Amino acid sequence: MKLEDCKLRGTHLKSSDFEKCKVLTTEWKPNLGYAWDDGVAIGRYLAELKQGKIIARVCHECHRIMLPPRMFCELCFRPTDEWTYVEDTGVVNTFSVARVNWDASRRGPNEPPLLPAVIEIDGATKGMGILHMLGEVGPDDIKIGMKVRAVWKKPEDRTGAITDILYFKPIRAAASKKPAAGRKR
Amino acid sequence: MGMRKVAIVGAGITKFVRRAQETGKELSWQASKMALDSCGITLDDVDMVTLGTAPDAFDGVHMKGEYLADGAGAHRKPYMRHYVGGGTGVFSPIHGWMHVASGMADICLVVAEEKMSSCQPHPQGAFLTIFDHTTEQPLKPTLIWIFALEMNRYMQTYGISKADIARVSVKNKHNALDHPSAQVAEDITVEDVLNSETLCWPVNRLDISPASDGAAAVVLASERVARRLTDKPIWIDGVGMSIDTAYWATRDLSYPRYVETAARMAYDMAGIKEPAKEIHIAEPYDPFDYKELHHMEGLMLCPRGEAARLTAEGYTARDGNLPICPSGGALGVGNPIAATGLMKVIEIFLQLRGEAGKRQVPGKPTCGLAQAWGDLMQMGTVIVLRS
Amino acid sequence: MVKRVGIIGIGTTGFRSITPDVSYRELIFEAARKAYTDAGIEPSEIDGFVTAAEDFIEGYSIADEYCPDQIGAVLKPTHTVPGDFIQALASGYMMIMTGLFKTVTIEAHSKASNIKNVDEVLGFGLDPVYNRPLRETPHAIAGLEMTRYMFETCTSSEQCAKVVVKNKGNAMRNPYAAFGADITERDVMNSEPISLPLHRLDIAPHADGAVVAVLADGDTALALSETPIWIEGLGWCTDTPTLEMRDWGEAAYARLAAEMAYKMAGIADPAGMIDFAEICDEYSFKELQHMEALKLCRPGDAAHLLESGATSFTGRLPINVSGGALGVGHLFEASGAHKILELVEQLRGHAGARQIPDVNIGLAQVWRGVPTATGAVAILSNM
Repeated sequence: MKLEDCKLRGTHLKSSDFEKCKVLTTEWKPNLGYAWDDGVAIGRYLAELKQGKIIARVCHECHRIMLPPRMFCELCFRPTDEWTYVEDTGVVNTFSVARVNWDASRRGPNEPPLLPAVIEIDGATKGMGILHMLGEVGPDDIKIGMKVRAVWKKPEDRTGAITDILYFKPIRAAASKKPAAGRKR
Repeated sequence: MGMRKVAIVGAGITKFVRRAQETGKELSWQASKMALDSCGITLDDVDMVTLGTAPDAFDGVHMKGEYLADGAGAHRKPYMRHYVGGGTGVFSPIHGWMHVASGMADICLVVAEEKMSSCQPHPQGAFLTIFDHTTEQPLKPTLIWIFALEMNRYMQTYGISKADIARVSVKNKHNALDHPSAQVAEDITVEDVLNSETLCWPVNRLDISPASDGAAAVVLASERVARRLTDKPIWIDGVGMSIDTAYWATRDLSYPRYVETAARMAYDMAGIKEPAKEIHIAEPYDPFDYKELHHMEGLMLCPRGEAARLTAEGYTARDGNLPICPSGGALGVGNPIAATGLMKVIEIFLQLRGEAGKRQVPGKPTCGLAQAWGDLMQMGTVIVLRS
Repeated sequence: MVKRVGIIGIGTTGFRSITPDVSYRELIFEAARKAYTDAGIEPSEIDGFVTAAEDFIEGYSIADEYCPDQIGAVLKPTHTVPGDFIQALASGYMMIMTGLFKTVTIEAHSKASNIKNVDEVLGFGLDPVYNRPLRETPHAIAGLEMTRYMFETCTSSEQCAKVVVKNKGNAMRNPYAAFGADITERDVMNSEPISLPLHRLDIAPHADGAVVAVLADGDTALALSETPIWIEGLGWCTDTPTLEMRDWGEAAYARLAAEMAYKMAGIADPAGMIDFAEICDEYSFKELQHMEALKLCRPGDAAHLLESGATSFTGRLPINVSGGALGVGHLFEASGAHKILELVEQLRGHAGARQIPDVNIGLAQVWRGVPTATGAVAILSNM
């Protein structure tokens, strides 16, 4: 049964077909809201973020210091044993330079690109990364392995959310303001 | 092994398009009907049905497995939906295999459908909700970020350049010119990829497969029935699946270990000891070009960090030592998520039967593999087929 | 060749209207940890995992992403069935029957209290072109069905209300249940009309909770457990999703799923052979409609059987001694999980104050709720 010998179905529409009302459509704007219980682990994590601290959980069996904190170790399959604070500094494991927003819209000509990164937090087990943003650094100056420090919102602006950390910035200031030679990101 | 043998005996597929006029139900029906016709059976002959389809957020219907049931031939039959994110399409025949190999069914219809275009203003927006609602969503991440982060880590770890990776996009879009379902087949160059719009460095527009609407279906049968329905049954000799921890930022992004775990499970079952030699043809999931390389290594089809070099040498071309994505893959045919995985399974099915038309690889392959990936860099699903 | 599959362990958090102290991860971990301890096996030794979850009930996309850690499935063969726990159980059963898996974990949970407007989510399941624009409460679909069922079987609203009274009363004996209460038919009939003939108390309120079960093939089950609870029969069926094509009086999906399960279990006379049943009573009339579809009574006779006391805790065919959804709480994809939990506890003789004496064969039946016509049946025994 060669696909070439079959008449494959499926009708392609162009976006102009919708704009010119050549096809009928039905629209629905869902109104779906959720309020998730943070629970013990994330509840404490967020409360500590509000205090300007990052807290982790320790499993005494595998000795991992885990971030985000969790009340059970998913590998040893037992409750974790204690809380421990970790640093608000870390190392960039990987990063990207984003010119699109979450809904695929393009960032405007005057909007700087977003700089998402996975940051391995100092004090946690090696490799324990969290997703966050980089800031106060030019896209061409970011390096994997770069040391960074959290920049926090002012205490009165914090709400107990991951965004209480505005972004992570390089611990040493960016080397120069000249556009770097090499790849344009 | 003592296990009941199960074969793929028929297949169906629609065109993959950016926006289909057909509803999800209609796309499912088109693919299912073609699959039933291809092996000369009707819905009455089907014992059970299983449907794979990825986020309900695309279609804008809660419990969309129920909504699509009639299009998938499930009327008054034992019917289930299975869902493992992007890994779904290759998990679909695995779930079907469970239905038949367990002895509960002789004939199982397996359908995979995706209608991404319903989600406005762009299906990308639906992916915001795959991230952790408390620790990640407030940062407004997009799916492209997580791929870009992984691609950067992979490039850095092995010293691979964007040009090395772009060759995959060039190869697959070219291969897709011979696939009748193809949405974005074209002849491009590495320069075209590098010059295309940078979305999230290091990802450019031509590094990515498109959003698509489409459906695919296969008919699975037990050995006794398979031999009556076709003289070229393609046997499901190995199945594997593995899911890694949801804490994706704590993992080594340069290597998909969950693909290796899934592959080992499938190779064990199939009795494969040297995959690089015993697998003749492979369709790993390629939603982004670097993923094909990433997955080749996870599947142990080549040593870690070597996939890019082998691609540059033509090893993975249709006439190469180990053809990879001869169909044109997601990059060339399109990426209606669940249906893409099943499209890849169907490609191996056709190639092993010598029915892949202009895409047919030389050398009469007898053993092929399809693999899909899903979730937050988490899910590996692998199927090994033999003629 | 694998001949039988048994349940060797089960764990639950119990069910409450809200669970603000724990996240879904912590809720499920509790049930999973209890299940593995009960089964005498660690998750590192389990071959496969199946979870039941729907994205829009969880509130995030790709529900299976977030399932492995709290059930011990990291880097293990795992998949999600967007369906009821009993369908996930059927998936796990088939996995073991292939011979490739010796043990499989099944998980389902509800954190419905985290959904701000449940009716909006249910309504989101309606056909977007034909049904949603009418902007009816999704309960109206059940209301339509109830009217037709009452008409075809000459059943009254008061008789349906008796289901609520029985089940909420039964739930008073159940420490897991969230909504046990001592009420009368008058209370039900006087409660706020939602979509007549449905009143508020005719509709099961939602609850939170998690259940995890461990399945094993025959040999492994006998080696690990003193009383494996055997899966004798399974059936699942989906009727048309299109409302306009529905047969409104009969629950055909339940009849067909039951036929499949009875055939597999070798049961020719269900009313005679089933000792007790946990069947779906998400809306009061559904218990009666399902009794008939399951052939536990003659067509049209369910209300009479209920009134005779035959289906009460002390009757000859106790139905929903746990309290059912009306007494325990509606658990969405975990509905079947609670029913399987009840069957296992009864068949093990561990049901405490609600223990039915001398039971050997139990039946669990679920329906996936509006707007679906999908149901599943499981028949378990301790023999």
